[in-house]
Amino acid sequence: MNTSVKIGNIEFKNPVTTASGTFGSGMEYAGFMDLSRLGAVTTKGVASVPWPGNPTPRIAETYGGMLNAIGLQNPGIDVFIRRDIPFLRQYDTRIIVNVVGKTIEDYCEVVERLADCDVDLLEINISCPNVKEGGIVFGQNAGRVEEITAEIKKRAKQPVIMKLSPNVTDITEMAKAAEAGGADALSLINTLTGMKIDVHRRTFALANKTGGLSGPAIKPVAVRMVYQTANAVKLPIIGMGGIRNAEDALEFIMAGATMVAVGTANFMCPTAACGVAEGIRQYMTAYGIEDINTLIGCVNDR
Amino acid sequence: MVTLENQTVVVQNTRIAEDIYSLWLQAPEIAQTAVPGQFISLYCRDGSRILPRPISICEIDRKTGRVRIVFRVVGKGTEEFSLLKSGDTIRVMGPLGNGFTFEGKKALLIGGGIGIPPMLELAKQLSCEKQVVLGYRDSTFMEEEFEPYGKVYLSTEDGSQGVKGNVLDAICYHQLKADIIYACGPIPMLRGIKEYAREHSIKAQLSLEERMACGIGACFACVCKSKEIDGHTNVKNKRICKDGPVFYAEEVEL
Repeated sequence: MNTSVKIGNIEFKNPVTTASGTFGSGMEYAGFMDLSRLGAVTTKGVASVPWPGNPTPRIAETYGGMLNAIGLQNPGIDVFIRRDIPFLRQYDTRIIVNVVGKTIEDYCEVVERLADCDVDLLEINISCPNVKEGGIVFGQNAGRVEEITAEIKKRAKQPVIMKLSPNVTDITEMAKAAEAGGADALSLINTLTGMKIDVHRRTFALANKTGGLSGPAIKPVAVRMVYQTANAVKLPIIGMGGIRNAEDALEFIMAGATMVAVGTANFMCPTAACGVAEGIRQYMTAYGIEDINTLIGCVNDR
Repeated sequence: MVTLENQTVVVQNTRIAEDIYSLWLQAPEIAQTAVPGQFISLYCRDGSRILPRPISICEIDRKTGRVRIVFRVVGKGTEEFSLLKSGDTIRVMGPLGNGFTFEGKKALLIGGGIGIPPMLELAKQLSCEKQVVLGYRDSTFMEEEFEPYGKVYLSTEDGSQGVKGNVLDAICYHQLKADIIYACGPIPMLRGIKEYAREHSIKAQLSLEERMACGIGACFACVCKSKEIDGHTNVKNKRICKDGPVFYAEEVEL
């Protein structure tokens, strides 16, 4: 049975990674599972300098989901290179580094610092809804998407994945812009901007007022956007949004995703990502599937 | 060592006051390593509630392999836990966080509201001289459980029992002295204790609370402001679930 997939010329032992921001750099989860069982670990976003993030409360549960407004807190690229990359290299898994910034120059600085590092791919976060500068500011305008993609591609040594926002009128426009800018792959979706109000206190549940909605509640939106995007561009897609088991993951793969990322489900159960990888194998056995690649985009009209 | 136990068995669940429940769980691995001040994460069965609920450990019984939590029903998740019956199973992760550090010769253990339960195991395990100050809004709970371990002083906001006011009013009224303070309760109470400890040059360990997601230090949801740059986060904040929930008062900004 072949569960390996490729993005560019990088091969992954299986199509399962983690969604940025839900898994740190894997350290906290390594006590619960062998990280080598994942196709890749996608790290929490890293910036050129440390970021302190937003005021608390930063999260709120919603029906079948959650809102977060962490604000991309991260220790900065120096600590990341010194501590997190050597940690992850102990495991037989691919490393996808999520990159954040406030300006194009910020993003490029991180990408240049990573050029000589032993990491496999870069995921560029142009879709975080919780920071005032950077993030989604780049991800909601096709011209800006193409521009930042091209600037990063000039400097990157590793394949570049652009992470797209669902908070747009037509996600395929952004996908095409990233493709035109030279992206090697796309990941989608980031969180949907949402809001929760505490009616007892008459306050916003989050200090940031708005936050990014994730979890099982958003999965149908994410599957739809992956399907649309897969039919609009030639780039491989990492699909994510509410995946908590193999059945969820297979929906994304059949919609056209080459890989899938498990995010909020890591909070629901710390071994969730491994469970998805194992569940995909079981599905393949049950249905006599020899090669996972035959499932990518295989959904048929009724 | 943190363990994830998908089938933790409920031994006993008792309502001990209005909206307050005492839950004993058969969790041998957690009981084996847990220390006072640590917490466990409990997962809901209802799929619409996706995040674990972090709840402080109230008692640890290594011999029988059981841990006890005492919680207040504040929403749908804790309401679900309140309905658990003996023999039911629940997914639990723990023990989590750092716990209290034993030190000093004369201790003040201060609990406010639902911050009272974690002080019980601490009172049992601390070997120094202990004074226990418990603060409530109105009706009291668990106060008699502390009596074997030290003199117990109460405060209630409505004055129905003990000193009228808050825990600091009770401490001042009884002129209690100590060289170490251990406290758990709402932030305004902890803020007052931090100030009191500073004025009186008493060391204070405070157990903090914040909305959590992962519970293991990965997601940075439950941070508190710290005085110095933290070694892990590389910014002036600390993860309550991993670096705490117990901090020295001077370490954190409340």
